[in-house]
Amino acid sequence: MPTDGVNKKRRRFLVATTSVVGAVGAGFVAVPFIKSWLPSAKAQAVGAPVQLDVSSLKAGQLLKVQWRGQTIGVLRRTPETLKLLPEVDPYLRDPESLESDQPPFAQNEARALKPEYLVVNMHCTHLGCIPQFVPQVGPQPFEEHWDGGFFCPCHKSKYDMAGRVYKGVPAPTNLRIPPYSFIDGNTLVIGVNPKGAV
Amino acid sequence: MAKPASSVAKRANALWNWIDSRLPVSAFWNATMTGYYAPKNFNFWYYMGSLALLVLVIQILSGIFLAMHYKPSAELAFASVEYIMRDVDWGWFIRYLHSTGASFFFIVVYLHMFRSLLYGSHRAPRELVWIFGMLIYLALMAEAFMGYVLPWGQMSYWGAQVIINLFGAIPSIGEPLTEWIRGDFFISDATLNRFFALHVIAIPLALLGLVLMHLVALRENGSNNPDGIEIKANKDENGIPLDGVAFHPYYTVKDIFGVSMFLLLFAFILFFWPEGGGMFLEPDNFVPADPLVTPLHIKPVWYFTPYYAILKAVPDKLMGVILMGCSVLAPFFLPWLDRSPVKSIRYKGLWYKIMLGVFAIAFIRLGMLGMSEGTPAQTIEMRIWTFVYFSFFILLFFLSPRGKTKPVPERLTH
Repeated sequence: MPTDGVNKKRRRFLVATTSVVGAVGAGFVAVPFIKSWLPSAKAQAVGAPVQLDVSSLKAGQLLKVQWRGQTIGVLRRTPETLKLLPEVDPYLRDPESLESDQPPFAQNEARALKPEYLVVNMHCTHLGCIPQFVPQVGPQPFEEHWDGGFFCPCHKSKYDMAGRVYKGVPAPTNLRIPPYSFIDGNTLVIGVNPKGAV
Repeated sequence: MAKPASSVAKRANALWNWIDSRLPVSAFWNATMTGYYAPKNFNFWYYMGSLALLVLVIQILSGIFLAMHYKPSAELAFASVEYIMRDVDWGWFIRYLHSTGASFFFIVVYLHMFRSLLYGSHRAPRELVWIFGMLIYLALMAEAFMGYVLPWGQMSYWGAQVIINLFGAIPSIGEPLTEWIRGDFFISDATLNRFFALHVIAIPLALLGLVLMHLVALRENGSNNPDGIEIKANKDENGIPLDGVAFHPYYTVKDIFGVSMFLLLFAFILFFWPEGGGMFLEPDNFVPADPLVTPLHIKPVWYFTPYYAILKAVPDKLMGVILMGCSVLAPFFLPWLDRSPVKSIRYKGLWYKIMLGVFAIAFIRLGMLGMSEGTPAQTIEMRIWTFVYFSFFILLFFLSPRGKTKPVPERLTH
């Protein structure tokens, strides 16, 4: 590049301003491409609430349904199961669900709106696998203090019958509780919080 | 009437001159092949570069033909792969070429990288050759991961679930980021379709560009050699390195021998052991993806298991992801971590031989543990080897300037 008789300041200014304008333009053009990766309108529409009748569940039975592509477990717990919940507290990382993800109405020992029904997002909070349901009470190969719960086959995370995570496993928090409510005694709606509860 | 042979030759020569004066074919050939002098003492380890290039060609070729029959949709993908395997003429061959080729790509690349650690090929002035090589390795990992999702089997699905959720560990932006990557609230058709686009267009293009940069940077300083000394330090009166031989024909012929041996082994595996006993293609991946059932034992393909073991060894989600990321990125810094005055293991003391040996064992052992079920005893072992893995990089930085060395010869030995 010839430099004789050149106003260097002016040249540098022109190069800098051209570069900045070009970079800003490139930034704006990038937006449509980046945004095209977000869930489409169709994908968002499919995320509508799911309704089901829980009266047909037997005590101790776990029903899995899909909501927004996530597997949601609905577990009808027996009074004995609920009675055993406080016993595993010392082995849990977050027994009072202080750091876990749930609607405010589920931040209690049973992690539920009605203690009898546990409505829980089944995906392990570690990396999203589906833990196995192990309702048996008593020592298991993977855990001595076992009053029933969920055991993740991927990285051995353990949860109790309220989806609360054990200490010393890779999962950081309790299983997530999705927003849900009952529109009458037996009809569960997953995806909508109770009126006035949020 | 037929023209005399000499006239035909004359015309061919004229055509050649016409082309060469417009496109610098002979100048390029001379600069990179016949006039490019490489050290004369290359051994077995030096086959791996040309073999990696060969596997890249195999993957591109077989990949193009697979894309002609494959359907990148959550509903059709699994069936279209089975269709390729059963109904397309020679479809099984092309598919196995591609899936077995992926594993061989990593075998060759791991050996290629180990060669650098042996002879110090990543040291100055070849740092950028190494950096481009590491970028190729990263691109290859992304390419392999996305390729493994395409058959839409159980391992495809749940492997993608685990890997994408790794990004969810990032505080605050993690969740929206995973949604952005998936294009949905879960792994779905949108995810599969974009992975297909990345797998067949974006990453291969990046790979080719990086391979080109890798080779251009290599040609600038020339190859290192098992003695780790610069052949350009000793030149004859014509400026040709005394210990160099022309890349063509000497190393092209050597590489052709390497290619023949490699293809022999590759063909044997391809025809008699294409799934590698569940190592190259896992049994669970012959079951269609099911979002409601997680396979009992999720593990990545063998070439990712060392890093996966490091992830599993840490009982904290974010820390596990960070440590795994560090384990993949740590080798980038090797050119500056090794501060020994000599490059090759031949002239480094016992300290380096032990360190490199233990490091290699740690990597292999982590790979084996990464495939395992993860009993408490195995978890403890994973932690130990994870510690050993990282210790190599740290110790190298502190020990290499002090470690004993032997005198380096002036000229190449044999």
